[in-house]
Amino acid sequence: MSKELSESGLRHRRWGMVIDLDRCTGCAACVAACKAENNVPEVSPEEAQMGRVMSWMRIARKEVAEGERASISMYPSLCQHCETAPCTWVCPVHATYKGIDGIVGQTYPRCIGCRYCMAACPYTVKVFNWSEPRWEEALREHTNPDVSLRYKGVVEKCTFCSHRLLKARDDAAVEGRDVREEEYQPACVEVCPAKAMLFGDLEDEDSRVATAARSPRGHQLLEELGTEPAVHYLDERERRV
Amino acid sequence: MRGNAVSESPRPLEESPDEALYRPIEQTGPGFYWAAAGLLAIFFFGAYQYLRQFSLGLGVTGMNQPVTWGFYIINFVFFIGISHAGTLISAILRLNQAEWRRPITRMAEVITAIVLLIGGLHPIIDLGRPDRALNIFMWGRLQSPLLWDVMSITAYLAASTVYLYVPMIPDIAKLRDRGTRPRWLYEFLSWNWQGTPRQHQVLSRAMNLLMVLVIPVAVSVHTVISYIFAMTLEAGWHSTIFGPYFVAGAIFSGIACLMVVMIVFRKVYHFEAYLKEVHFANLAKLMLVMAVVWFYLTFSEYLTGFFGQEPAELDVIMYKFTGPYAFPFWLMVFLNFIVPVAILSRKRTRTIPWILVVSLGIVVGMWLERLIIVVPSLAVPYVPFPSHPYWPSLAEISIFAAAIAAFCLGFMAFAKFFPLISIWEIEEGRESAIRETSARIASYLPDDPEPSASDEEAVPEGAK
Repeated sequence: MSKELSESGLRHRRWGMVIDLDRCTGCAACVAACKAENNVPEVSPEEAQMGRVMSWMRIARKEVAEGERASISMYPSLCQHCETAPCTWVCPVHATYKGIDGIVGQTYPRCIGCRYCMAACPYTVKVFNWSEPRWEEALREHTNPDVSLRYKGVVEKCTFCSHRLLKARDDAAVEGRDVREEEYQPACVEVCPAKAMLFGDLEDEDSRVATAARSPRGHQLLEELGTEPAVHYLDERERRV
Repeated sequence: MRGNAVSESPRPLEESPDEALYRPIEQTGPGFYWAAAGLLAIFFFGAYQYLRQFSLGLGVTGMNQPVTWGFYIINFVFFIGISHAGTLISAILRLNQAEWRRPITRMAEVITAIVLLIGGLHPIIDLGRPDRALNIFMWGRLQSPLLWDVMSITAYLAASTVYLYVPMIPDIAKLRDRGTRPRWLYEFLSWNWQGTPRQHQVLSRAMNLLMVLVIPVAVSVHTVISYIFAMTLEAGWHSTIFGPYFVAGAIFSGIACLMVVMIVFRKVYHFEAYLKEVHFANLAKLMLVMAVVWFYLTFSEYLTGFFGQEPAELDVIMYKFTGPYAFPFWLMVFLNFIVPVAILSRKRTRTIPWILVVSLGIVVGMWLERLIIVVPSLAVPYVPFPSHPYWPSLAEISIFAAAIAAFCLGFMAFAKFFPLISIWEIEEGRESAIRETSARIASYLPDDPEPSASDEEAVPEGAK
């Protein structure tokens, strides 16, 4: 199939996200949407206490000192889909890899559960199935059929809802054209009530994400490490002079 | 074949001066069975806990996000570190023709072989999906430092078992000739060794080749283990000093473990005549040097991190110095540096009881060092992340206990079948070492036809 697609003239995309922290209210709708979309299992309160929360997206909180005042900085944290992804470099079995259009993928049936990728990820966004995943009865019946269910002993993380990209590609291929930006939007972006998240092709200079990413308020997490994340944040406090 | 050997040796076998070395093999006391039963109980409890982990998942451990590596990886690094006791030390001592090596080398090599098997198993115990461990052959990425480990550890295991076995062949032949049971075992393993000059020549060439080969392999093993950490971008791990730091630490903990083993077996099997104070004193000096080297590398590592004042690096350092890991950190400095230097640098306290205290302290201290390296860097990630303390669970503790029990059992089993002190090398030492060493020392001296006063001083010093 991919051969047909390339013949139909698909160009290389670099899917990316811009999150405007000046708009973000920290409501965690993205966290809930992600959990439902991607069949992310539940954990018991005891497990959560132990630090085993299963979530592909979370709201990270940081207290920042601003002179005399202290303020709380919050940002939605998810896989940054790095161009130079440290996790894919260390995986011993090619279970985490740079997949289509630079999206960092996870192959669950191949993962041996060594958790080296988790240790190597500077953004701490990977989660591990410490025990057999569970869903409440009602949720178990309504899992998303497009996303495979995981099992104990493997690592998982945000995939930029790449199952939606595959679907959009199929649809576009029928019509012999490229995927349009509005056809492929991850669940978190769709659901954001504050419209703080943008998603699209960073390689297309005129796209809304690429334009927003160039904003003087724009920055990436841990830019100094050279991982080149595909997620950009906008923040007045980080305004470039 | 057996008859041949008997007729060749004119003196009755029972009167071998090294009878004490055969005794552990030929006589088994009740203490042996009691110890074995106790250790087996610990071992099987750990095995049960592992089976439980196998069916329920790694949730039975205390690991979490972000501390995704815990006891298993700490013990992996620790045990592989201990394995440097053996082959590396024995190879270096043999290569240097240190005459006092003779009663030590065998025990050192046994430590290596047993501990490598145990340590090498730990990454598999740590896997979330051990049933897929063979994926590293089907899908293995040579770019991953974990694959470097697989190669390096298997190479070391192969090299060190051969290096243990080859110098043991003459001893196995001695056991065969004494008719020790099970005969087929010694018959098979002795490879028809008759002690001919030709066989001795081949043996000595094989040993020379092996000890030269084994040293770079041993160094590579712990270097590559350090690379697991150093190749990531994590603060506190991403350090160029880690290769030599791990190797030095490995040799350091290895000597300490060797000392403990030597002192225990000296007591249990009455090897006092073979393992004398001088052997311990000499190894203690080596251990003292390694304590200083260890401190130097630790100091360099933390000073560079501290001086740079990089926020992420500093967070990890302060977490170790003053945070929840302050107690293990300072205990590590105390046990690995202050105690050894205070006790071993004085001749009066370089005695066996003190050495035992120091060595046990170093074994504990080096385990703490592995803890201090593995956990804090994970517990203090770059990004804000809710921190949960890591505490090992019953599964992790009992598997650790089982690993130590397996080490003791392995040693006991070896001692039951093979001599713990190389008998033929002791005999060789008795027969020819003094003559050969004197000749060697004479060759160091200036070719002076007249005897000089310095002759007498040089001999005892060189003979050390």
